[in-house]
Amino acid sequence: MSGGVDSAVAAARAVEAGHDVIGVHLALAANPQKYRSGARGCCTIEDSHDARRAADVIGIPFYIWDMAQEFHDGVVENFLSEYSAGRTPNPCLRCNEKIKFAAVLDRARAMGFDGVVTGHYANTRESENGKTLHRAVDHSKDQSYVLAVLTREQIDGAIFPLGDTEKVDIRKEAEARGLAVAQKPDSHDICFVPSGDNASWLHDRLGSEVGPIVDQDGKKIGEHKGAYTYTIGQRKGLGLTVPTADGSPRFVLKIEPVTNTVVVGSREELAISKIWGERAIWCGPDVTSDKKRGFVQIRAHGSALDCTYFFDGSNLIAELDEPLLGLATGQAMVIYDGDRVVGSATICKTE
Amino acid sequence: MNSVYLDHAATTPILADALSAFTSQASKLGNPSSLHTQGRATRKDLEDARESIAKAAGCLSSEIIFTASGTEANNIALKGLFWLGRKNGRNVVVISAIEHHAILDPAKWLVEHEGAELIELPVTAAGVLDLNFLTDLINKRGDEIAVISVMHSNNETGVLQPIAEVVKLAGDIPVHSDAVQSFGKVALNYQELGLFAMTLSAHKIGGPLGIGVLILRRAVEIPALLHGGGQEREIRSGTLNAPAIVAFAAAVSTKSYDATNIAKLRDDFAQRVVAQIPDAFVNGADVERLPGIVNITFPRTESDTLLLLLDSEKVSCSTGSACSAGVHRPSHVLMAMGHDDISAQSSLRFSFGPSNTAAEVDYVLSVLPGVIQRGRAAVAS
Repeated sequence: MSGGVDSAVAAARAVEAGHDVIGVHLALAANPQKYRSGARGCCTIEDSHDARRAADVIGIPFYIWDMAQEFHDGVVENFLSEYSAGRTPNPCLRCNEKIKFAAVLDRARAMGFDGVVTGHYANTRESENGKTLHRAVDHSKDQSYVLAVLTREQIDGAIFPLGDTEKVDIRKEAEARGLAVAQKPDSHDICFVPSGDNASWLHDRLGSEVGPIVDQDGKKIGEHKGAYTYTIGQRKGLGLTVPTADGSPRFVLKIEPVTNTVVVGSREELAISKIWGERAIWCGPDVTSDKKRGFVQIRAHGSALDCTYFFDGSNLIAELDEPLLGLATGQAMVIYDGDRVVGSATICKTE
Repeated sequence: MNSVYLDHAATTPILADALSAFTSQASKLGNPSSLHTQGRATRKDLEDARESIAKAAGCLSSEIIFTASGTEANNIALKGLFWLGRKNGRNVVVISAIEHHAILDPAKWLVEHEGAELIELPVTAAGVLDLNFLTDLINKRGDEIAVISVMHSNNETGVLQPIAEVVKLAGDIPVHSDAVQSFGKVALNYQELGLFAMTLSAHKIGGPLGIGVLILRRAVEIPALLHGGGQEREIRSGTLNAPAIVAFAAAVSTKSYDATNIAKLRDDFAQRVVAQIPDAFVNGADVERLPGIVNITFPRTESDTLLLLLDSEKVSCSTGSACSAGVHRPSHVLMAMGHDDISAQSSLRFSFGPSNTAAEVDYVLSVLPGVIQRGRAAVAS
């Protein structure tokens, strides 16, 4: 229970469904801030009070579990090392994979509980192949993308009571249930970057080393102030003074951490039609070398792109019907079969 | 089994006599500082209460300063006595390493905001103040010490502290003792101990919340923290809380605390726990302790998990240590006794009171092994 409206309503619904429920707030920062500023950050002391208040109103026991060390080791460190390796990680996926449905679920099971209920917008369904993961009814809030790192065993231990409802109705329901968090703003961005300014947060922790910006031929055309502050597909803020011959804009194509180089090029050079992903996880039946039609999504709230997908024994591969502009390694590729989450992998190569 | 409450060191059920004294006083009109009939009537009840509390604590009634909590009394005493000493060039605050946060934190505040030097007195592995350390300290730096504060008994382990010896060693250095856990449970007499100041609280002995006492030697003037009407010797302002004060006195007079029986129940419990869980051990087992408290370390567990599991079995106890933002931190008391962070987070405090029964002990022992087993699985996971 983060202290937000979604987990509060999820808890209330789980109680109503007849489960024996306890509320758990995760303390993920070693030195939490007292108050939240704006919509950013979470796990402030104020948030934990909001969560406790919701649990009390719902009528369930409430505890705070200190997972600050696990979060730091499993999520924050990984975020930093991925960036310094030139990849663009998604820490929310990592948190679901390593904390919420791993450390928390394991601890809960050891203590005699059967599963973890969260306020994520997603659905699960029973099928002949076991429990499967699906998009939420409210597509604008759908969070199945950040849950696609869950294994079948983790999905078995997960309950998502909000997947059948639109967010706007969740707020109304919270109001009707007398939950004071009904109108609390949603949190955005990365919870451990309270300022919301990822680039300067990374700059403070990874330092910055000036390096070259080069074109596709390797010719130096500018300087950057730390390669990890750029993302693939980025057009603005490159500070390039030498224009292209035809005046067309340049985009970041590649980030090479070993040589501390940022490679730029034209929009056409950014186009990607084939994606390879490593460390594949299947949320349902295994994907095989048989080519199948489906959708691939590469950002939390990105579009589902028509593709053909298969598994070559080591990588999950998606061939896009229409090329895609700008894709960073380190991001997650999630495959959908209709609204069912097939699985995910970490993008390691594009073409 | 209904719920079993083994957290009397946190707060106690209010005694029937205290509750009826509270409600009947609350229905009476009159500010005890008013000069008219109603004011005088309330003042009379309040001063009767002051006298009976003074008698029970072994002090003059003029030495009692009512506060809103034990924490407030501790703050007034520590800060006030420090400021008093500093006028005479004494800048050192001495406390034990196992003080409650209501002493520890004001002491740290004095360091940060008033430039005090803080010296924490170590304790033995059993949790008893190291008197040799104090002797050396006073020999070397006695004329720099503004105040010494050592609790009468520790709230986490129940271990009694050698206050009479501390006072003897201190000579003319003012000694304060936080006696919140001891009052009403073991022999405790302010004058006999020779203390300069002592703290009491009502809700640890079946009285109401919201009322504490600072006993401060008469004619000693220390700076106030709350300024206003000057009700309590100009040291503590605020309309006196007559209902809580008379209820406090009623709780004191009840004498419902049967120390012998409570200690027997507690010892029986501890012995059987240690027999059932072979590597569990009692902290401060071989030294003199309060009758109601036992602190037990369960290796390879995390106490917040055990607390949750016991709570779900309807057993209420405490991790005994401070929470920081709701997050369980290693107990500074157990750390001072030589535990490392991990074992200092594997301990529970069970505190017994007059209402506990042998049947309750049997019940707790019937659920405890399963709880420890699940708690260990959770740590291993």
